[in-house]
Amino acid sequence: MEKTPQRPPAHGAEVSVHFVVNGREHTLELEPRVTLLDALRERLGLMGTKKGCDRGQCGACTVIAGGRRIKSCLALAVSHDGDAITTIEGLEQDGRLHRVQQAFIEHDGFQCGYCTPGQVMSAVALLEETDVAALSDDEIRERMSGNICRCGAYAGIVAAIRACAEQR
Amino acid sequence: MNARPIGQPIDRVDGQRKVTGHATYCAEFLFDDVCHGVMVPSNIARGSIVRIDAADARAMPGVIEVLTFENAPRLPDKGRGATEPPAGREKSLLQDNLVRYHGEPIALVVAETLEQAMDAAAHVRATYAEENAVLAFDEAKEQRYKPGKTGSGKPDREWGGAAQSQAEARIERTYTTPMEHHNPIEMHATIAQWEGDRVTVYDATQYISGVREVVAKTFGIPEESVRAVCPFVGGGFGSKGSVWSHTVLAAMAARVVRRPVKVVVTRAQMFVNVGGRPCTEQRLVLEAQRDGALLAVEHHALSHTCRFEDYTEACTQPTRSLYAAARGHTTQRLVRLDVSLPTFQRAPGESTGTFAIECAMDELAYELGIDPLELRLRNHADREPYSGRPWSSKKLRECYEMAAGRFGWELRRAQPRSHREGHWLVGWGMATATYPAHLEEAHASAALMPDGTVVVRSGTHDLGTGTYTVMTQVAADTLDLPIERVRFELGDSDLPQAPVSGGSMTVASVGPAVRAACEALRAKLLELAGGDASRMYAPPAARVEVHARASPAAEDETKQPVATRSFGAIFVEVRVDADLGIVRVPRVAAAYSVGRVMNLKTATSQLKGGIVMGIGMALLEESLLDTRSGRIVNANLADYHVPVNADINDIDVAFVEENDTRFNSLGARGIGEIGITGVAAAIANAVYHATGKRIRELPITLDKLLPLNEN
Repeated sequence: MEKTPQRPPAHGAEVSVHFVVNGREHTLELEPRVTLLDALRERLGLMGTKKGCDRGQCGACTVIAGGRRIKSCLALAVSHDGDAITTIEGLEQDGRLHRVQQAFIEHDGFQCGYCTPGQVMSAVALLEETDVAALSDDEIRERMSGNICRCGAYAGIVAAIRACAEQR
Repeated sequence: MNARPIGQPIDRVDGQRKVTGHATYCAEFLFDDVCHGVMVPSNIARGSIVRIDAADARAMPGVIEVLTFENAPRLPDKGRGATEPPAGREKSLLQDNLVRYHGEPIALVVAETLEQAMDAAAHVRATYAEENAVLAFDEAKEQRYKPGKTGSGKPDREWGGAAQSQAEARIERTYTTPMEHHNPIEMHATIAQWEGDRVTVYDATQYISGVREVVAKTFGIPEESVRAVCPFVGGGFGSKGSVWSHTVLAAMAARVVRRPVKVVVTRAQMFVNVGGRPCTEQRLVLEAQRDGALLAVEHHALSHTCRFEDYTEACTQPTRSLYAAARGHTTQRLVRLDVSLPTFQRAPGESTGTFAIECAMDELAYELGIDPLELRLRNHADREPYSGRPWSSKKLRECYEMAAGRFGWELRRAQPRSHREGHWLVGWGMATATYPAHLEEAHASAALMPDGTVVVRSGTHDLGTGTYTVMTQVAADTLDLPIERVRFELGDSDLPQAPVSGGSMTVASVGPAVRAACEALRAKLLELAGGDASRMYAPPAARVEVHARASPAAEDETKQPVATRSFGAIFVEVRVDADLGIVRVPRVAAAYSVGRVMNLKTATSQLKGGIVMGIGMALLEESLLDTRSGRIVNANLADYHVPVNADINDIDVAFVEENDTRFNSLGARGIGEIGITGVAAAIANAVYHATGKRIRELPITLDKLLPLNEN
């Protein structure tokens, strides 16, 4: 049977995108060129996820999609149709901070706070990816190097992640 | 009884908002009818626009307006109503068809969505009459000139008389530093909204009252008609200390389209439209006796600026204040290029200047066969060298001792390239850190609220510097209340006025104002309670509010009877791969004399952050100007390298106990900038010690080091 290739939508035309963000269902009518980051920020008003470069170079836009940390500025919203996405606003449970959030405060793992949501999401995912307690500090640093902190709070970030890994 | 709040390493009071994503940065205020503005950059460096074609862009879906020089509203004095730094700068506001640098805004596209605005911006076409642009520093420097004034006052200084004895050692060396860019992770952003004749600008800034003044003067409207709001700043490092074109363009567009307009500067535009550190070329001459005593120090600096404003990177400033040479001479000259306006970037002049003078001191130490630390101790300046004034407080000797001890400097082997571990060449280096102390007039209010809490307000900023936290501590300390009962508010130009959060002066300026307001509130509450201190903080029926201000003793810092400066000592170990030339910095130990520390936790973080940026300056950071087109070719964070987590290892920061009450009532001098100073020199000196190669051109990249194997 011959398949008709799907025609891309006309310039400016919108497509319907459905995803679950922090447990809540959303359906958006979006141009296909809208990134996941801009959909979260400008369409859903979830401003916790930050834009720092729009090119996948700084990590401020890190969210967890399908269980993996991704840079939402490099993802088109349409390519996450049907996905479950967790942003920084979705980490608290019953009004209590996630232990990574708490550890970032205690170890002063930030200054201006702008890269922080991305750092926290990246750290949360890292703690799920592997047994971080078994990693050296250098390995933690390497695995957190997709998230730039221009204030230079790296020592606090590593200390916070180390503390979380050892709580488990 | 708990310890006094000041100095305690308490967690940031805004920490919870930051880790939950609930801290609202300026691009994040929500408006139902907001539209998006995107600046269109020029793609020549110098000339004029012959024709600009915005018809295609205007016809695109969602486009509301395209402003160009042909239709942009005319501003008083061609938009030059506020050009006095730090807030006011020469801006690009679509007032004429001239192009003065590559990437200058030639249009602003406003559309319903960001995607539509970006797309349409790419469809604005300009035809230019191009003129020859001057872009090569090495050629342009022949036309160097003396600036009228610099940030530090006079461009040239000369002090001391003829040398009493003959110099037994002399070194003359030239050091260079490249163009750099601040690159805070929050890009500059403005949302502007007009209501009748009044405009509110949500602007990522280090200077809200400066934004209010510049917007008002540029539009020719009263300052009372402008409100600037900025509760959180996602890093600044100097770039957000001025009001740049995009802020005014957002307000202009919002007035035209009668809707709120949001303009977010792109990362590429962060390298062009919001300033950056100019490149420098610095010639150092040191003359000394055999025992190391300096007889003369000369420091002659060139830095680039643009064609339409003089900005001087005052590199010679630290040299005027560091060492007790009998004779000194410093000069500053500018080199004009057809590029965008450079500006102050973290420790302006001091970061670049300490690289040169502190490398030169190291070279002199090797020349004389004296330990680099010992050379500095022998030339310790008990008074400010160029002015002869005593210091308000100076604990540099204690810094050297503390940092050297924590580092283990006494185990240093004097000979370069004398320590190898496998393929790693190991070296140690040190440098002096320094930054002047500034303060300006600041105002604050304090109010006891009906719920029994105290709200303290000042129109200052928290760039990650800890202002929310530290001012809460100062207030709680003064009021004798637990910090939980005090809330500090900032970031709104309707609040009592405070100076720019730059020059490491927020704590030094705003802290005394907060203290004065809280003292006044205490006195008033005690009076209202009839002298009964146990009842003074009882919740009142209506708020009880007082205002206060704190000002410097003399307007002109150079007229103060004492000199005020912070100091520090930094020691680093580097490892250089003998085959590949890779440089790593496994450990740093630094100690600082910065006056009283307000919060040990945030202060330590801020200084570590300065050292991290210094490591970037030493090894990574460089904006590359294409001298044919005038374009910055690496205008993104993949090609402009800043330190990432894997670049940073152990950094040990310590403070010498100090309380500089001759400077201000808090005894604190400020810490935002000193952390970056001296770092690049300490690393360059350690690289020399490791390899025997002296790199005098930042950043120290492997191409400059290789080959390293001796054969």
